[in-house]
Amino acid sequence: MIGGLFIYNHKGEVLISRVYRDDIGRNAVDAFRVNVIHARQQVRSPVTNIARTSFFHVKRSNIWLAAVTKQNVNAAMVFEFLYKMCDVMTAYFGKISEENIKNNFVLIYELLDEILDFGYPQNSETGALKTFITQQGIKSQPQTKEEQSQITSQVTGQIGWRREGIKYRRNELFLDVLESVNLLMSPQGQVLSAHVSGRVVMKSYLSGMPECKFGMNDKIVIDKQGKGGATDDSGKSSGKQSIAIDDCTFHQCVRLSKFDSERSISFIPPDGEYELMRYRTTKDIILPFRVIPLVREVGRTKLEVKVVIKSNFKPSLLAQKIEVRIPTPLNTSGVQVICMKGKAKYKASENAIVWKIKRMAGMKESQISAEIELLPTNDKKKWARPPISMNFEVPFAPSGLKVRYLKVFEPKLNYSDHDVIKWVRYIGRSGIYETRC
Amino acid sequence: MPAVSKGDGMRGLAVFISDIRNCKSKEAEIKRINKELANIRSKFKGDKALDGYSKKKYVCKLLFIFLLGHDIDFGHMEAVNLLSSNKYTEKQIGYLFISVLVNSNSDLIRLINNAIKNDLSSRNPTFMNLALHCIANVGSREMAEAFAADIPRILVAGDTMDSVKQSAALCLLRLNRTSPDLVPMGEWTSRVVHLLNDQHLGVVTAATSLITTLAQKNPEEFKTSVSLAVARLSRIVTSASTDLQDYTYYFVPAPWLSVKLLRLLQCYPPPEDAAIRGRLSECLETILNKAQEPPKSKKVQHSNAKNAVLFEAISLIIHHDSEPTLLVRACNQLGQFLQHRETNLRYLALESMCTLASSEFSHEAVKTHIETVINALKTERDVSVRQRAVDLLYAMCDRSNVQQIVAEMLNYLETADYSIREEIVLKVAILAEKYAVDYTWYVDTILNLIRIAGDYVSEEVWYRVIQIVINRDDVQGYAAKTVFEALQAPACHENLVKVGGYILGEFGNLIAGDPRSSPLVQFNLLHSKFHLCSVPSRALLLSTYIKFINLFPEVKGTIQEVLRSDSQLRNADVELQQRAVEYLRLSCIASTDILATVLEEMPPFPERESSILAKLKRKKGPGMVPDIEEGRKDKNVNGGMEPISTNATTKSTPSPSTDLLSLGSSPALSSAPPSSSAGGLLVDVFTENHAPAAPGVPMGPVADDNFSRFVCKNNGVLFENQLVQIGLKSEFRQNLGRMYIFFGNKTSTQFLNFSSSVICQDSLKTQLSIHIKPADPTVDGGAQLQQILNIECVSDFVEAPVLSIQFRYGGTLQNIAVKLPITLNKFFQPTEMTSQDFFQRWKQLSSPQQEVQKIFKAKHSMDTEVTKAKIIGFGVALLDRVDPNPSNFVGAGVIHTKTTQVGCLLRLEPNTQAQVGGPERVLACALACARCRAVPSPNASLSPSLFTDVPSHTTDKQGHCIAAAL
Repeated sequence: MIGGLFIYNHKGEVLISRVYRDDIGRNAVDAFRVNVIHARQQVRSPVTNIARTSFFHVKRSNIWLAAVTKQNVNAAMVFEFLYKMCDVMTAYFGKISEENIKNNFVLIYELLDEILDFGYPQNSETGALKTFITQQGIKSQPQTKEEQSQITSQVTGQIGWRREGIKYRRNELFLDVLESVNLLMSPQGQVLSAHVSGRVVMKSYLSGMPECKFGMNDKIVIDKQGKGGATDDSGKSSGKQSIAIDDCTFHQCVRLSKFDSERSISFIPPDGEYELMRYRTTKDIILPFRVIPLVREVGRTKLEVKVVIKSNFKPSLLAQKIEVRIPTPLNTSGVQVICMKGKAKYKASENAIVWKIKRMAGMKESQISAEIELLPTNDKKKWARPPISMNFEVPFAPSGLKVRYLKVFEPKLNYSDHDVIKWVRYIGRSGIYETRC
Repeated sequence: MPAVSKGDGMRGLAVFISDIRNCKSKEAEIKRINKELANIRSKFKGDKALDGYSKKKYVCKLLFIFLLGHDIDFGHMEAVNLLSSNKYTEKQIGYLFISVLVNSNSDLIRLINNAIKNDLSSRNPTFMNLALHCIANVGSREMAEAFAADIPRILVAGDTMDSVKQSAALCLLRLNRTSPDLVPMGEWTSRVVHLLNDQHLGVVTAATSLITTLAQKNPEEFKTSVSLAVARLSRIVTSASTDLQDYTYYFVPAPWLSVKLLRLLQCYPPPEDAAIRGRLSECLETILNKAQEPPKSKKVQHSNAKNAVLFEAISLIIHHDSEPTLLVRACNQLGQFLQHRETNLRYLALESMCTLASSEFSHEAVKTHIETVINALKTERDVSVRQRAVDLLYAMCDRSNVQQIVAEMLNYLETADYSIREEIVLKVAILAEKYAVDYTWYVDTILNLIRIAGDYVSEEVWYRVIQIVINRDDVQGYAAKTVFEALQAPACHENLVKVGGYILGEFGNLIAGDPRSSPLVQFNLLHSKFHLCSVPSRALLLSTYIKFINLFPEVKGTIQEVLRSDSQLRNADVELQQRAVEYLRLSCIASTDILATVLEEMPPFPERESSILAKLKRKKGPGMVPDIEEGRKDKNVNGGMEPISTNATTKSTPSPSTDLLSLGSSPALSSAPPSSSAGGLLVDVFTENHAPAAPGVPMGPVADDNFSRFVCKNNGVLFENQLVQIGLKSEFRQNLGRMYIFFGNKTSTQFLNFSSSVICQDSLKTQLSIHIKPADPTVDGGAQLQQILNIECVSDFVEAPVLSIQFRYGGTLQNIAVKLPITLNKFFQPTEMTSQDFFQRWKQLSSPQQEVQKIFKAKHSMDTEVTKAKIIGFGVALLDRVDPNPSNFVGAGVIHTKTTQVGCLLRLEPNTQAQVGGPERVLACALACARCRAVPSPNASLSPSLFTDVPSHTTDKQGHCIAAAL
């Protein structure tokens, strides 16, 4: 079990130190700092063993979170806990930064007391936590006994993520499909590797204890239905639109037994925002952009680069926040850039030309050309030509995932599926989106 | 042009450095550096020329980035440009960049050298100094090549400034260290020596360092420096502390210079001129006197400086080893330091005393401090000081105080640090053996030693005690009694069991009369330890048991019972099982007479150098052991212990553990010396040399241990002992050859008067002409000397030439003679031929003088690849698919000599069936020799000279010689 938890800033100073078990001493704090944060060589493994003590760490921007134990714990559990811890902190005070942690350290200790007991992880559901750990300070009137017992029964009950008796005037829910698309492409345009990792994030404001059912164009489900329908035509038409999901994980509220048997996703949702599922696909990915590089070395002191990007989606959609990063050789002494659209700039500190375009519609094309002057060096090493990378945001799911339905049933209260206002949004972002040049 | 009045402070650089220091993370730092690098690149690329200030600033930034650990691959040109600036700061930065960043194979080296040359020839002393410092800092071979000639000129020129002279001397010293061969000696040596008379003490100090190094290489050329050094030293020593204002350090006049002068004098024997000698003694006495004076300052620097001079003076006195009064005074002075509260002083005093103890004049004086040293051993807190105390005790030991010292060391051993235990054990063993008057005392001591520190008692120690007991009739009974008593302890060390087993097996009968140690009691006692021992010890005990059967027929039944038990007869260890089976059979079938003969008492061992001593030397390196052994070392002629084994065991046990009783080193080479029998060498080719020359064993006669290894190869280590290693690299073409001989000095001290020569025995002189190029007379400690040998084979030969080297090491003359592996087969040129050709010729060469055949047992199983490699290494061409029998090996070649060329054919026929089931196979090898016989002309196409040019030489001799060489 987790013996202690430390939070460090980038210099290795301890911001939060919470020790749960006696076998972890103060020197563990220093051991981690010396051997991992200040290590001469960057430590890449997230698990480090120092003097029979295991340190599990995750890094969020400049902040290190380290869980320490002397026992043989389940490492996956520890990391799951650390990620959850990050989520909880983000939900309470936003971005995890040194300043935020310093400003909220009382709150963090309070949270740590709640979600970790003698090193055993407890309920870390943000919604539940927020009912009894508040940021506003002590409430003026003490909670009634009833309320207290309600919290207790909820936290210890079967459905720990939702309390009873929630009431909204307007029953509303928001569904976001967030995807990041990763690509590595050869200069000739051949796809070397591509995959999409996506999340379905839900924000629900529903009264009572509703039972929800979520449907999407998962290939297995569609095929099954197609067979059930027994007509060949329906099978064909649906087969075109369905997607093959390689693997997926669900929020704890989803009934896995039902998913296993019927492949239907049914659940009682937590109140507020949460991540319903995560998935990954590798087949039939719609690549929103195509990058066509052209690099020409003119003698030893000059390099000509031309890059064309083509948007490959419906003309009615608009891509946003487009950024193309073209690496330059290490001996660049000057750069001239010409681009038709957006802004381009040579960033010496990153050894790259960064080209930014605010908006771009589908089925369009844009081009940049740059002349790079080089300084002759003593080194005979050739430039390694790192790939051109790209960032963007598009309003559709590159995997092709579609939400087919989300049904809400609340038998006790008198509202039906039709009364719930539902919003669906698709956002496709770039992950590591690279083209070799 | 920006204003020049920016001064030396470079604001841009300071800002950049503070930016880097303020970076929050590694990434931020790299970003900042990338930005700066891009900036500098664009500045350097820019078309308008940069002024000196900005160039300096950017080069400085690059240097800083480089020192942060990033690669810098540009800016070298700008740095070189800075060299030609007239401003000191700019030049300085340029030189700094170049000394740090430019590697010797850069294209810019020519430009740099040019700039340095300009500065060297300028009249500005600061520029000259900068250039000299750069040369010294880079110190590469290329630098030495370019400037080795100029620097001595600057050093001895009359008009050079003092500071430049100083730098020049140190620069020359550095070049001399990196590439001594390039620094010319000669006309300027005498003028360098005269720098010792210079007015400026800084110059003298620098020059002394240089002269000391040079004098170690060429003592003769710098002999004149002795009188000057003595004069200078006496002036310093006698001066009042106020005389040498700048060079007085905490009231000690010029301590560094004094130390260096004293070091210089240690390169030479005591001066012969009485006047100089007197003056030197006076100086040394003054230094010793000064040590007695009350300190002029309480500061630690004062005493440090004073003691530094004093210790150097003492080491000079020890080095000269000629003035009894000085030696005794030095000894007394050190005696005072032994009780000083400063740990470093105590350490140094013990160390110096160690060397003093070996001098005949001061040995007695050292002995007076024995109590203090023993006390130091007991109370000293620092382990290194205790170690020195042990060394000193070892050095001061002689017959008169051996009992006391050994007792103290044994006492100390119980609490000694683990790191030095083994060494103490060795030292105790040596002292006990060397100065033992009474051998019963010796046996007691060693048994005690095993009892106290059994784990640290190496094999050699207990081998030695057995050797001594066997060789001395008078102690045998006592030894048997003592080990018997010692074995009665409930827990005794395995080494004790081994000694006990051996001694009781030999001399158990001497104490059998006493009913308390009757044969059965002895046997039971030993057998009670049996199960606690490791396999080798058990094997030894089994031998003891069979010896018991011979000594005491009454216990025969008991012992046979033990041997017959399953734990012996079916032991998992082959060695033990075999011994048990054989001993059991031996005891059952052999008559008492046979038993008595087979299991006779061991014959006395030949007297030799103690193998323990060799081990100690090996362990510490020769420089560390006080030279009390010097006299003995020279007398030792033979190698280590010869294999000695109980008559019964070696019969049929080929496993490695048979070495158990062959006390000491590995078995000697069983192969015959190559020249003694025809065909011997050929057999040797297939013998792996399992016994590398035992290190630490001095060689007297011609060593040829490694000789046979070189029959099939040209490079390798020919000879090695604890002082020197001789390596070879050779190449042969037709009748000519060149051999590079490398003499490596393995010690830390210099070899003086080194000389080497090649001796050819009478007839060999005409057959082989060898030219050897003379080599340096000195070989530095740890250094290697190369010598080239040009060889021409005039006609065929049998004997091998002998390389004889001579040198003086630590005062004693060492002689080493090694057979040089120049054999006739080195002059083979491989010849390819077809199967038809081969057999045609083979049949032609049928007369008995033309053929040599040798049948021998292979020492190892025949591995085809190894054999092939050997045949190719032998020099002939390996002919594939020539012989109809695929397992045969066939080769052909031509031996080139100046007078003749002789073709040779070779066949190697492994006979695997000869001994059915046995691991050994019989090989037949035939060798045929061509000669000037009428040969049909078509054959000449192969190698025309082979068969046409051969004069009417006596053919039979030819064939014979080659066979012999093979």
